[in-house]
Amino acid sequence: MLKNSLLGQIDKKYLLLLGWTMIIGVSILFYLFPQSGLFFLLFLCSLLVLYYLPVNNALRYLAAAIILVGIMPLVGMQNTYYFDVITQVGIYASLAIGLNIVVGFAGLLNFGYVAFYAFGAYLYAIFASSQAANFIPAAVAHFPLSGHWFWVFLALSAVLTAGLGLLLGFPVLRLRGDYLAIVTLGFAEIIRIVFNNLDKPINITNGPKGISPIQPPELFGMVLNQPIHFYFIVLVILVLTIIIASRLDSSRIGRCWAAIREDELAARSMGVPVVRMKLLAFAIGASFAGVMGVIFAAKQTFVDPSSFGFMESIGILSMVIVGGMGNIAGVIIGAVGVVMLQLNILKEFSEYLGQLAAQGILNIPSQVDPAKYEKLIYGLILILACIYRPQGLMPASRSLPAWLKKKGKDQITNGIQEDKTDVT
Amino acid sequence: MLLEAKGINKSFGGLTAVNDIDFSMEQGQIASIIGPNGAGKTTFFNIISGYYNPDKGKITFDGLDVTTLSPEKVAACGIARTFQNIRLFPDLMAVENVLVGMHLHLRASMARIIFNTPGVRREEEKAYEEARSLLQYAGLEGKETELARSLSYGDQRRLEVARALAVKPKMLLLDEPTAGMNPRETDEMKEFILHLRDEKKVTILLIEHDMKVVMGISDWITVLNYGVKIAEGTPREIRNNPEVIKAYLGQEAV
Repeated sequence: MLKNSLLGQIDKKYLLLLGWTMIIGVSILFYLFPQSGLFFLLFLCSLLVLYYLPVNNALRYLAAAIILVGIMPLVGMQNTYYFDVITQVGIYASLAIGLNIVVGFAGLLNFGYVAFYAFGAYLYAIFASSQAANFIPAAVAHFPLSGHWFWVFLALSAVLTAGLGLLLGFPVLRLRGDYLAIVTLGFAEIIRIVFNNLDKPINITNGPKGISPIQPPELFGMVLNQPIHFYFIVLVILVLTIIIASRLDSSRIGRCWAAIREDELAARSMGVPVVRMKLLAFAIGASFAGVMGVIFAAKQTFVDPSSFGFMESIGILSMVIVGGMGNIAGVIIGAVGVVMLQLNILKEFSEYLGQLAAQGILNIPSQVDPAKYEKLIYGLILILACIYRPQGLMPASRSLPAWLKKKGKDQITNGIQEDKTDVT
Repeated sequence: MLLEAKGINKSFGGLTAVNDIDFSMEQGQIASIIGPNGAGKTTFFNIISGYYNPDKGKITFDGLDVTTLSPEKVAACGIARTFQNIRLFPDLMAVENVLVGMHLHLRASMARIIFNTPGVRREEEKAYEEARSLLQYAGLEGKETELARSLSYGDQRRLEVARALAVKPKMLLLDEPTAGMNPRETDEMKEFILHLRDEKKVTILLIEHDMKVVMGISDWITVLNYGVKIAEGTPREIRNNPEVIKAYLGQEAV
């Protein structure tokens, strides 16, 4: 027993050493070779290692801050492509965290999440381009609005999409499971088709042609249109969504959501206001998507209805399911995995095969180019996940919040001490 | 009168599950509803706790009309219940199950939760302490962080009662609290129910099949058969009531 624990301690030391070496080593390598896709992947993995490393949280957060605020931008300046990729990861991670509140915490299957994302994106796009001039006379306001309005629209979009969530929630939340999924799916399609067709009689959304150009954000007169700006905007919002989602999860509200998910009838007889709590989950999830939509529109400077199709909803949902429903860290991993698969892994693999073909080693017809099989691989991953790991890569586990846990431990040791004094 | 139900009627299609039942209870009583299977006992429970609205009749609790209130409103009025087939939140820890029951007494607003104010922490800490002591009271000490699904059957039944107590009810509805328990567990549950009444000052209405339990702890017994109240009275009166004996043991026994 003593030996075992001793061994455990030595192991832990080696583990720590190994972990830190990897994190620091990979960071340096990534800095030296900013073009390497492999090091980029390893760099993302080192964040996961950091998550699991047995160190105290202050140190963990410090290291994460150094990596994300220091190293990533340094590398990103040399290779803006990875900046774009990681910003994309951040956007999808926030979306997945928002959807996770609805699907993972409250257990309401939602196939129409992308509708709120679209709403947020169009909200900013219409007013931050000359589009709004089509239906609002110049006497009232001059369009496009300046980039300073970006920050207002972040908040406005959060509020309005939450309202839209409530509006959808009221009629459909009496439905459960599959029925709810179908209705939300229909809702997302309606929103997309409305945006697609709202170019007449009054041209509001410019129809399938989309809206462009959209004003980039401005802060104190500085125009924020570089990848690094969006990287930091997304990073800040992502951190905020993580904090909000995890605090809600461990609060009385999160417990109500879990209770509804587990047994709605029992929850009701405990006095849980089921309808109100479901609406709350819907509204909060929607507002996360609305905020991300505004950022998406500002980053792309172009929106059109094709960005908000059904596949997008499925993509976000698969991040939640593959990552681990109900677990925020798991959901982020899911987002990283799915986005990397889309943007990085398949593409690199295609390029590699292309190289082989160019060297005459291998002759692959262009029909089997892996980059074209993204959806197939998506589907395979979802099927495999459902068969072999239905709880996700990182399943949710219940535990007490850290400060309560500590308290519990103190009491236990106190108890032991009391016992001892009894004996003497 | 704490609870008063008058002329309660409920039918499903052609079947009258509960037929014109009058029922009342005083503060601090332990009352039982007994009757053969399908007599309408659980339906009557479901009507009181708000899952069904009666077709006819009126229920008042503590001076309030609760006839058509939803289950969550009924709980807020101070009626908590357990279920015949245990309905816990299986993937939550035992202590979280109790904390869900406390929901009605927690006040933290969403904004304060997001900013994690000291007030929220204090409230959570207090609620957690209370939940721990409730678990201890129900005999589940040391099992706070176990998932409800991994508890033994008897422990699950006790946890369900602890969760109902967390609502701080004036009245507790227990639907077959000793179903499936062995004689020792049954005795413990019997003691526990008596303690509940004496220490927590809750009024208790139970459905029960175990006659030893019913006769041992009830102040008042109501007997249902085919949705109709066929008798009521003290345990002694019920034991000797020929109608009841007929319903339970068949014609020959009389």
